[in-house]
Amino acid sequence: MSAIVQFENVGLRYGLDSETLSDVSFSLNSGDFYFLTGSSGAGKTSLLKLLYLAQRPSRGVIRLFGEDVVTLPRKRLPGFRRRIGVVFQDFRLVPHLSAYDNIALPLRVAGMEESEIDAPVSEMLNWVGLGDRGQARPATLSGGEQQRVAIARAVIGRPEILVADEPTGNVDADMARRLMTLFEALNRLGTTIVVATHDLPLMAQVASAQMMRLDKGRLADPTGALRYPPRPQGGA
Amino acid sequence: MAGGNRRSAAAARHRLLPAGRVAGPMPWIIAIMMFLTVLAAAAGLGLGTAVRAMSADLAGRATVQVVEADAQQRDRLSARVQQALRGNRDVRQVAPVPAATLAQQLRPWLGADVTSGDLPIPALIDVSLTPGDATAKVDRLRRSLATLSPSLRVEPHAAFLAPLAGLLTALGWLSGGLVLLMGLATGAVVVLAARGAHDSHRTTIEVLHLMGATDVQIARLFQRRIALDATMGGALGFSFAVLVILLIGARLSATGSQLMGAVALPWTSWALLAALPIAGILLSTLTGRWTVLRALGRSL
Repeated sequence: MSAIVQFENVGLRYGLDSETLSDVSFSLNSGDFYFLTGSSGAGKTSLLKLLYLAQRPSRGVIRLFGEDVVTLPRKRLPGFRRRIGVVFQDFRLVPHLSAYDNIALPLRVAGMEESEIDAPVSEMLNWVGLGDRGQARPATLSGGEQQRVAIARAVIGRPEILVADEPTGNVDADMARRLMTLFEALNRLGTTIVVATHDLPLMAQVASAQMMRLDKGRLADPTGALRYPPRPQGGA
Repeated sequence: MAGGNRRSAAAARHRLLPAGRVAGPMPWIIAIMMFLTVLAAAAGLGLGTAVRAMSADLAGRATVQVVEADAQQRDRLSARVQQALRGNRDVRQVAPVPAATLAQQLRPWLGADVTSGDLPIPALIDVSLTPGDATAKVDRLRRSLATLSPSLRVEPHAAFLAPLAGLLTALGWLSGGLVLLMGLATGAVVVLAARGAHDSHRTTIEVLHLMGATDVQIARLFQRRIALDATMGGALGFSFAVLVILLIGARLSATGSQLMGAVALPWTSWALLAALPIAGILLSTLTGRWTVLRALGRSL
């Protein structure tokens, strides 16, 4: 199993404040499922931002897909970003676009032909239960519906890494279960999943998942791969 | 079918930014800039044409003055001069100014006594030179006539209107300068509008970036809208300017003045004026693209 993400002594500081993330080192293997947990303000969102290339670290090395992305020229970032799907905590749906067009966004950005876009977008809309709301603008959707659109948008491009920041925060238990089932299905297809969440029952639902816990900007386990539920002693 | 797909794909991609213009007043500002630019350019081109027409008309002409107080001697000398001029290879045409015409022209200043014979009025002979270096021909003519009598003066017509031609040339350059300044001002307006548009769509741009959109993909969205705004403004400003130019042209023709009538725009000048809105659209589009790319380059 090859490492798809590697963080080495990564630190992140915003302006002159103290470090939000300090000495973060871990590696994620391709095709694995990880939960990132920690209390509010522990640095989960900051770590995810580094992961989906919205931020460069103040120090340390980050390797994605085997390449050092800290020193990567700006013009090469889009190619890496297209391989990462993101579910933002605040959804970040484009307000003037319909649910359909929001979901189609990654495909259009990737330059896919319009004739090839309709089928996967319609399928994804149906899957998240919004088949009849395709033309609705985000402002007319409920929080849960917006979150489902955000998730559909993140996964439609079949990313190699899917990063989700509290993806089940606004959906009911049934929808949360269905989302986890989708994430597991994507994971089985080879997508590496990283989900930031506080939701312990949700974590328990994915038996194969591993857990990383952040505490005050530092990984609680320096090896960076604590299993949840804990691995049995001597287990593989 | 393929064309339809391409159109719908393009339409879908253009929807990535909210519909509408880049910045509210930009087309109007561009329209005003274009209006003033076309007027300034038309003035410059018209004055240039007038200067060229005047120079071409006057450069090959001169007047020989026979400054002789005695009327009989003046007439004899005038006849000899005309004979000499007709035999000169630099001279195309010789036309003595009739005494009556001269008297009529002088009457407003000298009164009715101008024809009394008491006033020593020189005889005038208009000379048209053959095409070529007019200055050299006038010099040769001067030397040649000097052998006939020291009381002959050769006055090239271009010398009379040289200050006016200089003024018109300076005004032409001023117009060129104004066109340049208008171009710079238009560019500055586009820079401000593009920056404003970039700032107001920052959230959407960030989302597009994080999905892997390149700077060029995003810049194209703005560039298309700026081009649309510039096309609207340019067409409006150009149309009004042409209307004004045609009206001014009609008024100039109505003056009946030879000088004013020379301020005309040949088809080459109209072609240059028509190129101004196209240049304006290109300038706006490229400036907008450059501004957005620079702004995007400052983000990650």
